[in-house]
Amino acid sequence: MSQVNQVKNGARFIKDIPHRESHDRCLWNARMRRDQTAQAIPEWEEMRDLASQIKEHTLSHLDHYLEEFEKNATANGIHIHWAETPEEHNEIIYQLLKQHNVTTATTGKSMTMDECDLRGYVEKRGMYIHEADLGECIQQLDNQMPDHIVVPAIHKLRQDVATLFAKKLGSDPDITDPHYLNGVMRAYMRKKYEKIEAGLCGVNFAIAETGGICVCSNEGDVDISQVVPPLLIASMGIEKVIPTLQGVALYVRLLSRSALGLDITQYTTHIHHPQPGQEMHIVILDNGRSKRLGSPDYWQVLKCIRCGACMNTCPVFRRTSGLSYEAVYMGPIGCVLMPSYDLHRYARLPYSCTHCGSCGDVCPVKVPIPELIFYWRGVDVDKHQSEKVHDAEETAAELMLRSSKTLAMGENMALWGLRNLPQWLLDSGLNPWADVHANPEPPKETFREYYRRNYKKIEFMNKTTDLHGFLSLNL
Amino acid sequence: MKVGFFVPCYIDALHPQAAISSYQLLKRFPELDVEFIERAACCALPLTDMGYHKKACTLERNLVPLLAPYDAIVLPSGVCTDQFRGHFDSVEQTDEVKHIREHTYDIVEFLHDVLKVKSLPWHPKFPARVALHNGCHSLRYLMMARPTELMIPHFDKAADLLGMVEGCEVGYATRRDECCGFGGTFAIWDAPCAGQQGLDKVSDYARNGFKHVVSQDFSCLMHQSGVARKNGLDLKFYYIAEILNGDAQP
Ligand code: SF4
Ligand code: SF4
Repeated sequence: MSQVNQVKNGARFIKDIPHRESHDRCLWNARMRRDQTAQAIPEWEEMRDLASQIKEHTLSHLDHYLEEFEKNATANGIHIHWAETPEEHNEIIYQLLKQHNVTTATTGKSMTMDECDLRGYVEKRGMYIHEADLGECIQQLDNQMPDHIVVPAIHKLRQDVATLFAKKLGSDPDITDPHYLNGVMRAYMRKKYEKIEAGLCGVNFAIAETGGICVCSNEGDVDISQVVPPLLIASMGIEKVIPTLQGVALYVRLLSRSALGLDITQYTTHIHHPQPGQEMHIVILDNGRSKRLGSPDYWQVLKCIRCGACMNTCPVFRRTSGLSYEAVYMGPIGCVLMPSYDLHRYARLPYSCTHCGSCGDVCPVKVPIPELIFYWRGVDVDKHQSEKVHDAEETAAELMLRSSKTLAMGENMALWGLRNLPQWLLDSGLNPWADVHANPEPPKETFREYYRRNYKKIEFMNKTTDLHGFLSLNL
Repeated sequence: MKVGFFVPCYIDALHPQAAISSYQLLKRFPELDVEFIERAACCALPLTDMGYHKKACTLERNLVPLLAPYDAIVLPSGVCTDQFRGHFDSVEQTDEVKHIREHTYDIVEFLHDVLKVKSLPWHPKFPARVALHNGCHSLRYLMMARPTELMIPHFDKAADLLGMVEGCEVGYATRRDECCGFGGTFAIWDAPCAGQQGLDKVSDYARNGFKHVVSQDFSCLMHQSGVARKNGLDLKFYYIAEILNGDAQP
């Protein structure tokens, strides 16, 4: 697959002013609400420390906790399956659906199912999986990837939704009233639900000591998956396990506050066994996670609890949209996670970052995203994955910056250019800076020149002992 | 105390006044023996930032003997200070290198934390309302102020120092510590996003009625002033030492 050019994709979204402004505003507001709710909890920073430590502890004893989880879940009457690859994951679920003669299933938001493209897999085999989360459902209708892991259709304006519903569901394209649009969706969903033969869902936390799972949602989509049909299949990555039920409380307190500034998710569903007469399965996916766990450099990405706070705060993400990353995980966490799935395809994502550091500071489990961005840029350079756009300029930079003498030469050239070249040339495509900036006004002299003119002689006379250093011209 | 004054490449060439004011400011303290490290060039940030660690290594190796002799190395730039403290690691971590990393300060930190300055006896004046822009590196990596993301007690070292300037009234943009989009090389290879971030930032100042913007990171201000001028906004930008040393007037 071709390399994702987030910069180019993002530039298109930036030009689309109404969408960009709305995206930026909605997500910034989420970040502001997050600040407010977090501020109200005196022990917030201690909670983040603890949440990070529990994740680190669990990840360093992952085999132990996964076995404990499997044992206890099995004792609760839940069937556990292990999948190493997306194909295995999809095939396990497909076979389960087939055994139960399922043609239509519903799914509450699941990142691992998105990661494996389960929907595509079963659709090719004649089944239909219907997204029950409103945002996901809108994206499914539009045949588009989610824009954000928590609010998948946040990049759409009301008018976009009205137009989409009109085209796909036959509603009035001119009515953009949210109550009307909700009504249209509700009527559509109800009809779908009548035919549901199996429910699928994701997992936020798998509890080793009890063998149960906890799933957080805001629309009750997971609960419909769980309660209505006779077959329930949950899917999770191996990193979702935590040791104790008590630990869940900590993460639930952090999750929704970080994500949307809500004190708690609307529905925090604990599932510890199948409903009477129901069959329940959990598929545990690896898909490169154990390899990530083994890496001393980037194992910390596995701490992520998928709250989306890093996306809300990222100045680049808010202005360029999640779609511009062309990835299942987008934004800051996407920049450091996706290269470990496909280094070539996602080699340029780590450059879509100003290094502002905000993502690391909002992350409830302290994934060191800014550090990992540095790491992946280094990997990209060493392995020559991304198009060689930066090689020439960086070699030139190294030659110029290596000593004060070469630097002075480079500076003088640049300043000469600023002072003497005609404006049209300075503003041309040769100077990308000029696309968005007025060029700097060149100063009369550099600091070095100023220093030599004003101080050097005096210091020289005061410090004849420093003669050698002063005269030495070998760099 | 023997202080080495390091001038980052972009300040040397594009805004030497930041270095002039800082150098003169340091020279005001009789207990300091201040020396401009003339032969030191760039801190290697543009290379490390883009992942070119091997190339950065050459630069870092050249710098070590030039910086090691000083008790403290002071820079008029938060982002370059963070480069030394946080990322000077392409080169072998000898005792000399460790000494450099632990004794490099941005001038705001140096005045605030090392010299513990409580007043500015030369009585600088700046009778105006200024928007303080804490650059991301100064803020989140060097912790010169409380980033709004962290739920810790409020502090702001640059604001403390500006508070000692007569008439200077410190305020902030509405999105006070959102990144302005400079990001070193980012402003060049992702110009559309950097430009939008910059425009959002300078419009925020203008909406809040600010005419003057001050920062301890002139790199951010180079970007912001370029965007402001391109968009015809009437804003003036100052490096913090220009105000602290009494060189700038509103
Ligand atoms: S450090 Fe980079 S990825 Fe993180 S919020 Fe800032 S710009 Fe986004
Ligand atoms: S990296 Fe942190 S902030 Fe981002 S989604 Fe994961 S847990 Fe949330």
